[in-house]
Amino acid sequence: MKLLYKYFLCFCLCLTMITYSAKAEDGSAYDASHDVQLSQEKAVQIVTACDGRKKVIVEGCNEGDVMPEQKARKVAELLMQLMEFCEEEITAKLPKTEMFIQLSINGMPYVTVRDAEEIPLILVHGGKSHTEREKKVWAAEMDRMINEGYALFHNPSLGKNGISCDMCHPDASNTHPETYPKYQTQMNKAVLLRDMINWCIENPMEGEKLAEDDSKMKAVEAYILSARAGKKLDPGKH
Amino acid sequence: MNTKHKEKNEQVQYSALAGVSRREFLKTTMKAGVFIASSDYLLNSSENLVQLVAMKQGKEEFLFAYISDSHLLARGKEHRFARALIKAVEDVNAMEPQPDFVFYGGDLAQLGLREELLLGKDIIAPLKPKVYMMVGEHDWYYDMGEAWKEFFGKPTYSFDHKGVHFIVLNSVIVEDYWSETKMSPMERMLFMAQLDNPKGRPFTVGEEQRKWLKEDLSRVGKGTPIVVFSHSPLYKYYKPWNFWTDDAEEVQKLLAPFKSVTVIHGHTHQVLTNKIKNIVFHGILSTAWPWPYAPEGIPKLTIQMDRADPFNQFDGTGWGMAGITSRGKVNKTYNLWDRNPMVVSYEKLLSGKEHVAGHSY
Repeated sequence: MKLLYKYFLCFCLCLTMITYSAKAEDGSAYDASHDVQLSQEKAVQIVTACDGRKKVIVEGCNEGDVMPEQKARKVAELLMQLMEFCEEEITAKLPKTEMFIQLSINGMPYVTVRDAEEIPLILVHGGKSHTEREKKVWAAEMDRMINEGYALFHNPSLGKNGISCDMCHPDASNTHPETYPKYQTQMNKAVLLRDMINWCIENPMEGEKLAEDDSKMKAVEAYILSARAGKKLDPGKH
Repeated sequence: MNTKHKEKNEQVQYSALAGVSRREFLKTTMKAGVFIASSDYLLNSSENLVQLVAMKQGKEEFLFAYISDSHLLARGKEHRFARALIKAVEDVNAMEPQPDFVFYGGDLAQLGLREELLLGKDIIAPLKPKVYMMVGEHDWYYDMGEAWKEFFGKPTYSFDHKGVHFIVLNSVIVEDYWSETKMSPMERMLFMAQLDNPKGRPFTVGEEQRKWLKEDLSRVGKGTPIVVFSHSPLYKYYKPWNFWTDDAEEVQKLLAPFKSVTVIHGHTHQVLTNKIKNIVFHGILSTAWPWPYAPEGIPKLTIQMDRADPFNQFDGTGWGMAGITSRGKVNKTYNLWDRNPMVVSYEKLLSGKEHVAGHSY
């Protein structure tokens, strides 16, 4: 099915190129003034895909020139690849040397990639800016984790003697997550924040320690890290 | 431990008195009718001893002890917070000579339950000196002080002792946050018990008590030394943790005409010193745990105690003493368990010199 689609795209592309060549032969000007300017500066030929949203600026070729077959194939492949990736407007620059490609998505600045295989790297998020809905979902997911940690931190359920973390650490103060890993002299070993969380659970709170990958441990760490993010460091007081 | 701690204190206090034996020293001071209220004088040099005797011109000097913020849970006497309060009671009972009285600074209970308050009452019962109680928010918001009042009496009162007028306030009054939201008594308590509650309401002394205070003070001479006990600091330190009294300025105004005023407050679980106009403010230690210093608003006069060692339950916690000088001023001692005692003397506070701190500082 995918192969069929590729053939279809290729057909569209060839059709566009033929149409474009015909236009060039007629001597009619290309409608984008931007591209006209470019073509005036140096020899370039612009090839547009059938979706009208993907363009390749081929450097070293004048408008109306018939491209060498190898180059024409490369341009066609590139346009096809771009169309497969996303629906966004992409302009690609193919320099004469063909050592690299430059891509611009939705009018954003050009990004250089070495070859078409790297295209997905710059098309993270499909080349789209995040939608409000996406942002809300992500923020809600993060808040859910932090809030779970907040609830555990402010509740004696992690221990067994009625003591909770916040009783000594209001607003997660004196937790200093930024100082880990460190050698904890009282424990005679280098430890991470989670080791100290477990120490507090087992000792002042007289509870049972959490597994390091326990979702509760992750949540408590998430709360502490988020609560202390951006706080002024006070070296010597940790 | 008590004995060990006492010995350590004595070593600190008496080692500085070159050429004066402990026996001689006690004999001299007792003869002069002076009780050395603060080890600060002694730590400094023997000259202070002479100075102190010469100062004997006003009222009789005396000493009282304080214990505070034990946050007991109804989990018996083996719970770590109960053990800490027991330790403080034993320490006070081991004092020689005994203090004139013991002041309890509030938050005896953690969740205001009858069982917690009864446990506390039971633990402090062996205290040899007379005990004056004050209420904290943890004692109050489960049943709005019903059990506390039943066990300990009125939360607001005053008394006179050796020429000093003592006032005990309930400074943990907040506006109603529970009726509209139909909170259960325990929900109301837990809401209040969370120090870093972003929805928390600021403490006040309130209009009713301010009126009572005005009347009470109208019967006191302006030259009479006044010591006010409040659970929250009677000033504004850090609102997000309710280290704060919202109507502090109005209370301070009522105290303004008096020559010598000292406020001693609980709630902050840390060494804390402040002075606003005529009023000196001292924090007191918790037996249960130390609070970290707030990120802002720490009074300039405060010499902060080092961060407590979390691996040692008795570091950064303890009890203390207040010595009342012949002029009615307060020399304040923080008896930090497992550290040297820290003394904040009135004279040093006024002179702007740093007070003498133990080796841990």
